[in-house]
Amino acid sequence: MSARRAGLAAAVTALMLRDLRLALRRPGDTLQPLGFFLVVTTLFPLALDPELSVLRDIAPAALWVGALLSSLLALDLLFREDAQDGTLEQLALCGLPFTGLLLAKTVVHWLLTGLPLVLIAPLAAIALGAPYGAMPGVLAALLLGTVALSLIGAVGAGLTMSLHRNGSLLALLVLPLAAPVLIFGARATALAIALEPLAAPLYLLAAMAVLAATLAPWAVAAAVRIGLE
Amino acid sequence: MAWVWFHRFGSPPHFYRLARRLTPWFAWPAALLCAAGLVGGLVLAPADYQQGDGFRIIYVHAPAAWLSLMVYVVMASSAAVGLIWRMTVAHAVAASCAPIGASFTALALATGMLWGRPMWGTYWEWDPRLTSELLLLFLYLGYMGLRNSVDDIGRADRASAVLAIVGVVNVPIIHYSVIWWNSLHQAPTVMKFGQPTMPASMLVPLLLMLAGFTACFVALLLTRARGEVLRRERNARWVGDALGQT
Repeated sequence: MSARRAGLAAAVTALMLRDLRLALRRPGDTLQPLGFFLVVTTLFPLALDPELSVLRDIAPAALWVGALLSSLLALDLLFREDAQDGTLEQLALCGLPFTGLLLAKTVVHWLLTGLPLVLIAPLAAIALGAPYGAMPGVLAALLLGTVALSLIGAVGAGLTMSLHRNGSLLALLVLPLAAPVLIFGARATALAIALEPLAAPLYLLAAMAVLAATLAPWAVAAAVRIGLE
Repeated sequence: MAWVWFHRFGSPPHFYRLARRLTPWFAWPAALLCAAGLVGGLVLAPADYQQGDGFRIIYVHAPAAWLSLMVYVVMASSAAVGLIWRMTVAHAVAASCAPIGASFTALALATGMLWGRPMWGTYWEWDPRLTSELLLLFLYLGYMGLRNSVDDIGRADRASAVLAIVGVVNVPIIHYSVIWWNSLHQAPTVMKFGQPTMPASMLVPLLLMLAGFTACFVALLLTRARGEVLRRERNARWVGDALGQT
């Protein structure tokens, strides 16, 4: 039993290092969603009145819609190539818990696309007129929200990984499921920008992240297995 | 022994014959109940003291909204049965649920908008229950979109079953998060047990319509599922026998 557990730990470490190394050798793929996020948040002031008071009102919406769309864009990286070159089949056949291995891949995906987005978001928030005091709240909301979005999105990515054209279908599958995260994330961000207490929406976001981390891996494993048949 | 009926239910020819026999037993009551409910609701019930005759659209709106959720639950449960016991008939039932559920959701949205125009002064208000109904419509559309884009029918069955189950976990979360987000819709009047806030002359037609819509759903589902089973089993021998009989 303990040998098996040690085997799983070693496999997860190796898998995570492999995914990180692959992503770092081709940084363009992981940087594109970040660039997309910055472009989207730049477009809002261009489409609106560039007055800081107006921008401050729409800043939560711009940040969260941008984060949602950019996480959607990044989802295509999660399973597609590994499904095409047979890596996922080997992982499914290797005898270790498939759920754990896919969760490790999802964690790496969040480290590569979710975490950089959280770190770059203050830049966009300042540009949209958010005060400096709002940053801890904005960061906390996005940190919890991107975790939930990566996990929910992984289910959609697993379901669509073997389809030829999946861009709009993936959006149709994932966006309704992500609506609660959007609602409470934007609410928490709005409260943070207004410098008001934001514990309530943050707790709800945390609950959603924990729930997604508990249930989503099983759905991801089932979806990927069906995609491999 | 107790499970024999369950396994027999999973056999396509048995299901086909059973569904064909049961359909009229739901279709006729549906027509009668809806006719009685419409007469009771549109003619016999008194006008509302606040909303006048405008409230009468509830006799279509509330049953459609109730079914839009119930059909989703039926779809997800039969998808789960299909996934767990590998029953093609259950998958066929789940696949037949989706267009019916999407239609009831669209009907609930349309009647809700028509009702909103005179009462709230606008067709579309970002009201929680309208919004969660809209998100439910998107879930149905995603389910149908996923089924359409997977070529192999067995894989389409299992992939869409996973999506339906994920959706059923999410429906309550979506519902409550949208309610906490913004609230304008009147509080539920029928589902309050104990003391309903409606007089009996208004409530009885509504309950008749609810029963009629539900029976109508079952009749539609049985008919669609029969077609779905025939399409899947078109090369089987019993199909020729069953169709030759009639």
